[in-house]
Amino acid sequence: MQRTSVHRVGEQRWVRWTLICLALGLTLLLLVMPLLLIFVEAFSGGAQTWWANLTDYYTLRAIGLTLLVAALTVPLNLLFGVFLAWLVTRFEFPGRKLLITLIDIPFAVSPVVAGLLYLLLYGSNGWLGGWLMQHDVQLMFAWPGIVMVTVFVTCPFVARELIPLMQQQGREEEEAAVVLGASGWQLFRRVTLPNIQWALLYGVVLTNARAVGEFGAVSVVSGNIRGETNTLPLHIELLYQDYNAVGAFTSASLLAVIALVTLLVKSFVEWRQARQRAPLHEQQEQG
Amino acid sequence: MNTKRGSLLPRLTSHPGKRVLPGFALSMGVSLLFVSLVLLLPISGLVVESAGMSWAQYWAVVSDERVVASYRVTLWAALIASLFNGVVGLLLAWVLVRYSFPGKRVVDALMDLPFALPTAVAGITLAALFAENGWYGQWLATLGIKVAFTPLGIIVAMSFTSLPFVVRTVQPVLEDLPVEDEEAAISMGASDWTVFRRILFPSLWPALMTGIALSFTRSLGEFGAIIFIAGNMPYVSEVTSLMIFIRLQEFDHAAASAIASVVLLASLILLFGINLWQARYLRRLHGR
Repeated sequence: MQRTSVHRVGEQRWVRWTLICLALGLTLLLLVMPLLLIFVEAFSGGAQTWWANLTDYYTLRAIGLTLLVAALTVPLNLLFGVFLAWLVTRFEFPGRKLLITLIDIPFAVSPVVAGLLYLLLYGSNGWLGGWLMQHDVQLMFAWPGIVMVTVFVTCPFVARELIPLMQQQGREEEEAAVVLGASGWQLFRRVTLPNIQWALLYGVVLTNARAVGEFGAVSVVSGNIRGETNTLPLHIELLYQDYNAVGAFTSASLLAVIALVTLLVKSFVEWRQARQRAPLHEQQEQG
Repeated sequence: MNTKRGSLLPRLTSHPGKRVLPGFALSMGVSLLFVSLVLLLPISGLVVESAGMSWAQYWAVVSDERVVASYRVTLWAALIASLFNGVVGLLLAWVLVRYSFPGKRVVDALMDLPFALPTAVAGITLAALFAENGWYGQWLATLGIKVAFTPLGIIVAMSFTSLPFVVRTVQPVLEDLPVEDEEAAISMGASDWTVFRRILFPSLWPALMTGIALSFTRSLGEFGAIIFIAGNMPYVSEVTSLMIFIRLQEFDHAAASAIASVVLLASLILLFGINLWQARYLRRLHGR
């Protein structure tokens, strides 16, 4: 471990400090200042105005709808994510790679196109929508449509977090548990879940962050009825177009807090995983 | 940080042809049902809708002058934004991996902010920052640069929303680079710049390219952040996502689907291309 005599690239003092200052400057300009601006604008009328804006009837309705959307989307995608990750990391079958690529589609597709896909299918002119209309079921321009597109947009997050981790951990522990007579549910709860719980948590938090913040897809299928089908991001757009910047930033500050919590959870999860892995590395180096 | 790397290792089935673990049928059923209902059925709806048009009608819609102008604006802005992110992302990843400095963990955590922040929030924030009386806008105005309500605003919005891609794809690769080659070259008297160019960069550039391609793909589809800052002037600062949205508001579903089919095809080609490319360079890394 004698590395003191030889340096690595970019370790001279001036290079190091120039690059660090550049990176810090860019972080400040690109990330910190925008974040700061949200809160400065939201509180520009004082805390009382902020509170009044937040407890405005339409804002509260928007918060309520946004919570409903998240409450329905997150469990659904949690279930899907776990089943899919289990399938592609624990079994070999033809089409496995294709399936992994397919679930990335929502990441690649423009949110507006995502909204349009659902509108075409379930809208009153759509081939499923027409039939639903005859049975008095309206999905588009109502909250069920908002939930459906949000499920589409957020479905890869849990699976994407779980797949690399479960692949790395391998299936030996689980196979041993089966040999020892564990049932499927016992196996998942006692062996798999403890191994993946932190990645699962981060996947859920990411799904939630995107679910409460989705704009493009929701805006296509919502119909923008104030107090009825307006989620928080759509409400922000409405307020902004009404030249109520303080009101818009008040709702934005709420979503920014959710974003910050997401980042905190991510840091925490990475710290936990590093700690879980650390003893393993030491053993390997000694062995 | 190493979590992603484990997935590169090829897994051998411990019992070929025999499934020890339970839940194959259940997880296959749930996954296929979900993928069919949520992803494939709606996409087939778009295909049906577009197929309802004649070829001439379809071509007239997708090659309409205003729509073509929107492709041009979107492609150029996405290209510039993703290249900008390539440079900035490489720098940020390098500094985060190679150096330690106070506040490093906070900076590292902040990198994901653009993914966590809703696009509408990013949109109004950037619009306020770059407005003529905004924090950045007033400084840029003295230099005679206008960002808000110009195509430049589109580039700013695209760069912001896709910044993490390059950082997060380059970072793990940079962490796992072996030090031996680098140290050997330096001890033989090569300059830092030469070692970076000849030894480090060749190992980094597949990841860098992947990051830039992901950033580009995301920028092509971006909508929420852009519409607040772009000004949305036809032929000048109208992106293709907005074009689709406008056609929808005119209740012209056929035209909206036709333009959407172009966008969808482009993003699917990019997605499969990136996946194939990744698989290829990962195999090469293993062949070593």
